[in-house]
Amino acid sequence: MTFLSALRRVAIASSATAALAGSIVSPAMAADRELLNSSYDIARELFATLNPEFVDWWQQNHGESVEIKQSHGGSSKQARAIMQGLKADVVTYNQVTDVDVLAEAGLVAEDWQQQYPNNASPYYSTTAFLVREGNPKGIDSWDDLVADDVEIVFPNPKTSGNGRYTYLAAWGYADRAFDGDEDKIRDFMKQFLGNVKVFDTGGRGATTTFVERGIGDVLITFESEVNNIRNEYGKDDYEVVVPPVSILAEFPVAVVEEYAERNGTSELAHGYLDYLYTEEAQRLLAGFNYRVNDENVQAEFAEQFPATELLRVEDVFGGWDEVMDTHFSSGGVLDQLQRR
Amino acid sequence: MSTLALLGRSAPKRVLPGFGLSLGITLLFVSLVLLLPLTSLVGQLASVSLSEYWAIISEPRVVASYLVTIGAAAGASLVNALFGLLMAWVLVRYEFPGKRLLDALMDLPFALPTAVAGITLATLYSSSGWMGRLLDPLGVEVAYTWVGIALAMAFTSIPFVVRTVQPVLEDLPREIDEAALTLGASDATAFRRVILPNLWPALVTGTGLAFVRSLGEFGAVIFIAGNMPYETEITSLMIFVKLQEYDYVGASAIASVVLAVSLALLLALNLWQGRFIRRLHGGKG
Repeated sequence: MTFLSALRRVAIASSATAALAGSIVSPAMAADRELLNSSYDIARELFATLNPEFVDWWQQNHGESVEIKQSHGGSSKQARAIMQGLKADVVTYNQVTDVDVLAEAGLVAEDWQQQYPNNASPYYSTTAFLVREGNPKGIDSWDDLVADDVEIVFPNPKTSGNGRYTYLAAWGYADRAFDGDEDKIRDFMKQFLGNVKVFDTGGRGATTTFVERGIGDVLITFESEVNNIRNEYGKDDYEVVVPPVSILAEFPVAVVEEYAERNGTSELAHGYLDYLYTEEAQRLLAGFNYRVNDENVQAEFAEQFPATELLRVEDVFGGWDEVMDTHFSSGGVLDQLQRR
Repeated sequence: MSTLALLGRSAPKRVLPGFGLSLGITLLFVSLVLLLPLTSLVGQLASVSLSEYWAIISEPRVVASYLVTIGAAAGASLVNALFGLLMAWVLVRYEFPGKRLLDALMDLPFALPTAVAGITLATLYSSSGWMGRLLDPLGVEVAYTWVGIALAMAFTSIPFVVRTVQPVLEDLPREIDEAALTLGASDATAFRRVILPNLWPALVTGTGLAFVRSLGEFGAVIFIAGNMPYETEITSLMIFVKLQEYDYVGASAIASVVLAVSLALLLALNLWQGRFIRRLHGGKG
């Protein structure tokens, strides 16, 4: 008897909590509809700025008040959560492969890369270097990174998309420098990987190691991150070096059709992605140190983004499936290069 | 009801009511919280053949990670056994101002998010950190080496030793060592022959728990490990890497090795402790 009454009390308490939680989720000034954007880890500040602008934009154009919710995390983890049932309406990731996984699962349209301009990547970035004040080791390009006395910090390609881009950029450079001679490329890569001092699991971890711990001569990460670090930790202590050749890092977006339809948000979700391509949004994105395709905005920010040749993964490596298979799978080229 | 009926035959009448209900709830809880996740983990493995399974868990890089993990965990546990015992001793046997505070501090590693601990330790012991700066001229590198991994493990697992030894020490009457001393034993002999044998089971259990905890530690270690292949990669990282590759089976396979080792160790500890206590009570109990 006492057990049953205790149970009942628990039941009452939990339903009360649920009611309370429900009221938090849908605030008094209820938005007509809401949208869940599943995004990568370091995009918090970006979407915190973009979303209110979109809400205004949607209100003006469609006379409907909407609410955008964000979920952030490592983008592979995020994709996994959606496959396991998280009902996100749109995804804005930093790795093409993570959207591909969703497409394979039938949650995202198969031709998602054709649905929006530039391979469904409203903004892009590349891999750049952050060196210490005065660039004491004279690092200007990839071949300066294989010198014996240079210590490198970048995130682990095995656990971080950011790290994978760095690996691919170095490979792409070597591929060109040695005219595709695979033995020489591998030697170069071995030296390059051998100079790595610490392999953090993610981009922010690598930043901490380089900036806070003072480890390494050069940090390799997204250009957008490099610039943010310089702004955050002092313009005088660090210098940004954009190598003459680097890799194109796309930031793919897609509507999770399966869930958006069920949530009744399909056209809102597509509208959200359309918005990312407007001049207004592109200007905001450029403000966060991402490169954009809008010509007006490009001209405005020309000084901030030095011209550099960007290699496409599809051109150099034949696509992401190919890259993941040959380079990053277990026993792949990366494993071979790191073997003792 | 079936539980009751099953147990009713052999169990004598109990003084306290509610045995069936409480055991039922216990089993349900254990099933939901422990057995279900474990089963699904093992279930993941059903899709691989034995040779594939062996190939995954015997990959050289993974094997190297076992060695790093076990070595560091062993080092951390030994240090913890020594200092955990000392701390428990100090907390039980002496009165001093701030004792309550020190006692509370002992639990901090449990309360602190392990990632925070890892980042803090890495900051302290990197060559530019407070401790690292002092150790660097001596040629001692802690952060991003094997020592750093052991340090992080020691930090997160020390409460296990202190908290298992402490209550046993509290129950140990002081008269025992006084009696030993009056019978002519030296301080060292009294500790070695009288006190230590009483603490032994608790100390071994605590150290064993600390070791098992260290085997699975991820958050604290990952930030101080450096994560260089073959040198400072821990097994949890290998599991994490497999998950990143959407290779759930590979992750489960490696996890099952850690799990098996931990389970075997815990079981061995329990059996050993049971036998030890029986021997202590001269074959009864």
